[in-house]
Amino acid sequence: MSGTPEIRSILATDCGSTTTKAILIEKDGDSYRLVTRGEAPTTVEAPFEDVTRGVLNAVREVEELRGRKILDGERIVTPQSGDAGVDLYLSTSSAGGGLQMMVSGLVLQMTGESAQRAALGAGAIVMDVMALNDGRRPHQKIQRLRQLRPDMILLSGGTDGGDVKRVAEMAELLAAANPKARLGAGYELPVVYAGNVEAREIVTRSLGDKTALLIVDNLRPKLEQENLKPARDAIHELFMEHVMAHAPGYKKLMTWTAQPIMPTPGAVGLIIEKIAKREGISVVGVDIGGATTDIFSVFQEIFNRTVSANLGLSYSVSNVMAEAGLDNILRWVSFPVDEVELRNRIKNKMIRPTTIPDSLEELAIEQAIAREALRLAFEQHKALAVGLKGVQQARTISDTFAQDESGSTLVNLADLNLLVGSGGVLSHAPRRAQAALMMIDAFLPEFVTELAVDSIFMMPQLGVLATVHEEAATQVFDRDCLIRLGSVLAPVGNARDGSPCVTVKLMGPNGHPIESKVKAGDMALLPLPADGSTRVRVSVEPERGYDMGAGKGKPVELSVRGGVVGLIVDARGRRPFELPKDQNKRIEKLRAWNRALDIYPREI
Amino acid sequence: MAHAYTPGLRVTERTTVRRERRLPLKGEVLVQKGQRVNSETVVARTMLPGNVQTVNLASALGVEPADVLSRLVKPLGSSVAAGELIAQTKALFGLMKSEARAPASGILESVSDVTGQLILREPPIPVEIDAYIEGVVAEVLEGEGVIVETPAAFIQGIFGVGGETHGPLIMAAESPDDELTVDRLSPSFAGKIVVGGAYVNHAVFKEAIRLGVRAIVVGGFDDRDLRDLLGYDLGVAITGQETFGATLLLTEGFGRIRMAERTFNLLKKLEGREAALSGATQIRAGVMRPEIVVPFDQDAPATAETSVGGMDVGSLLRCIRGEHFGKIGRITALPAKLQELGSESHARVLEADLDGVGKVILPRANVELIEA
Repeated sequence: MSGTPEIRSILATDCGSTTTKAILIEKDGDSYRLVTRGEAPTTVEAPFEDVTRGVLNAVREVEELRGRKILDGERIVTPQSGDAGVDLYLSTSSAGGGLQMMVSGLVLQMTGESAQRAALGAGAIVMDVMALNDGRRPHQKIQRLRQLRPDMILLSGGTDGGDVKRVAEMAELLAAANPKARLGAGYELPVVYAGNVEAREIVTRSLGDKTALLIVDNLRPKLEQENLKPARDAIHELFMEHVMAHAPGYKKLMTWTAQPIMPTPGAVGLIIEKIAKREGISVVGVDIGGATTDIFSVFQEIFNRTVSANLGLSYSVSNVMAEAGLDNILRWVSFPVDEVELRNRIKNKMIRPTTIPDSLEELAIEQAIAREALRLAFEQHKALAVGLKGVQQARTISDTFAQDESGSTLVNLADLNLLVGSGGVLSHAPRRAQAALMMIDAFLPEFVTELAVDSIFMMPQLGVLATVHEEAATQVFDRDCLIRLGSVLAPVGNARDGSPCVTVKLMGPNGHPIESKVKAGDMALLPLPADGSTRVRVSVEPERGYDMGAGKGKPVELSVRGGVVGLIVDARGRRPFELPKDQNKRIEKLRAWNRALDIYPREI
Repeated sequence: MAHAYTPGLRVTERTTVRRERRLPLKGEVLVQKGQRVNSETVVARTMLPGNVQTVNLASALGVEPADVLSRLVKPLGSSVAAGELIAQTKALFGLMKSEARAPASGILESVSDVTGQLILREPPIPVEIDAYIEGVVAEVLEGEGVIVETPAAFIQGIFGVGGETHGPLIMAAESPDDELTVDRLSPSFAGKIVVGGAYVNHAVFKEAIRLGVRAIVVGGFDDRDLRDLLGYDLGVAITGQETFGATLLLTEGFGRIRMAERTFNLLKKLEGREAALSGATQIRAGVMRPEIVVPFDQDAPATAETSVGGMDVGSLLRCIRGEHFGKIGRITALPAKLQELGSESHARVLEADLDGVGKVILPRANVELIEA
């Protein structure tokens, strides 16, 4: 279908838990461009209980803004006829809490972890991972299963031809628990079995009558091989057939879309995978929302996704404080704050999650919390994005085999080429440099890393579009979605504050050469062309003791992409990166960095 | 642009309150439609399936999983007592015996011929639900529960901890600015719902629990005190299951915040009346706020429910964030264009005349509308 000329216009919606967002893409000459967007509150909950109301409201806003008809009453007109309607309508959804799953394997660190990766990769929130060796007694597992009420269960375990008995044991536990699905008591709980092929009959005997069982290829057919795609596809299929079909209004919505509705994070994952594949680079993408933070990464051509279900900036803001600790939040704030007052502010945001910061100080605090939410989510991601032990793997990019050692994390910041941020606090930061600095502080990239943000959070819609019209998705992604911020240079090493760290030379946008000597403990911002498609040669000479990727003290020549912020030189040190312990010194440093990058309009 | 404002919490003198009382699993409804109930009337009952215990009989007896069934001393479906013999093997003319005993009382549910595992189901657990509010059974949900209805005064809070309770309302503050202090408490408050003013601290709340107070209603509470009360930092706002002896209901939020005049005056007017109160709060999809329900005489006619309309010039509002937090005023203008805030963000704003402050520009997201 890709590139077919008859697609002139595309409407795509993303039904989030609070807001339904619609984008309209039109073909202008040879290329596809985003022309407008609209949004409306999601209507899954009472009193509406029909997701299509919110979709129609968002589309009506698009109609008004674009000044043309898309709806005929309560129907999206497809295909486009004259100036009315659109040729393609697609949707993603995370409404109603998204897809909540429970996964199980035999050994927690092996099939348990593989099952978790399969579910997360499909866009699910994993509520619990159960395994024979998870330290819980059988009755405790059964209790947990009954209490959780997931949308779906992924049961894995055993390599093909391996032990059948222990797989049967897990199936029996599941049957004894007889868990009920979260939405509505009137339908059977979907269960995907992706374990030992020889245990299929036994699993069917235990669960066939009690659940909606779907059997797919083993996700760990051999100890040294992971095959997540069949399980991931089955999860998508059951998500549509069972979970979505029981959510209010989705049956109707499903008849409107040209392609199955995808879980939002699944769609974002797809687009991140595609960027990495197209450019042959390592990518980390992050979407920080009100309730959850999703991290996506592609390293060594292996895709991973994690969701931190309780790290976010509104519903979950208080949990960021609980997990990170107040001191870790305060370390990013460049003015003294009273602890009691800060605690109250955070809780007041939690109980009134739709409020926004209206002063610079409130914004700075929100951005400090965002740094910690991102940092914690990234820690979780690194722990799960690991290789199989000393073996070959075939994961989500088909036909890609990569070699990895010893089950260590795949996330290597030194190899990271591009860091993409999304979600309100990053996409809508009043100054783009604020988004850049939040990402640098949270992820601590090393050597050279490009930075970008999703302009208006349309990666979900583009992800689902990429499944049917890759050309349109790619064009809109490059031109309208991704805002290139520039790059960060971060020499790895440490030295006394104020001692020489790195010299950076480049040709400035106005044709004058620039040379900047940046001292240890400082940050600097050098100009780059704002246009992300222009590249600039940069010479970087680290001092002895600092590494820019070629070894300590060795100069490197780089080609960096332009961006609206510029080239950020981060000489604050890495491995470890540390902030001054003393409050006055720390505030002085934070203020200096804010000044260097022009983060705020005045000193705070 | 989306409707970026909070509809506001309901504080109404007279409305019809309907509360669904539903069992976690199907069971038996014990009341009939039209029946009068009070807070403590048990309206439905069920038995939750008992916990499950597993016993690996194949390894306990040293037999093949396929042979386990034939070694049971009682057939599947039988009841057994804790410690009772459930399976045994005999070898060498009965001289060598292996046996397995029940780890708990229950029913022998199943055995697996693959794993040799026995599933023993413990006795069912009874669950009862009460009516929570005084009123009339308006609807019976067959086998699941009831809907209780009553005309009542109704006040929503913003946050609470602790579960459902009931008792007469008593005022322990003269003005909505007052702090609830120990000297304002009295042993006569036992079994009552105590209304403070703007604030209560942890020590005073503990003293109230000691006196047997059922619930405290105040404007604000410090988060640091909440941590001390719970023993941990509350991460996600899902509450209602806490059991520390009394329920705490905040009408405004965290910190020392004057209780909204309207809320305070209504509670004062209702002093002495029997109220039902729930601290359960859930701020996620499907928002649940804590509440106070003060039922009226069933014969008194309820006036129609008032609702908050859209955001218009003249609408009454309350600031819910920023330097004017808690202040009340009226909307004087609704500019259509986005405006730059002090944070440099652009947002939809409104102009309001706030009591004691004067005219200010506020982001629409940072106000809530109040019923006139």
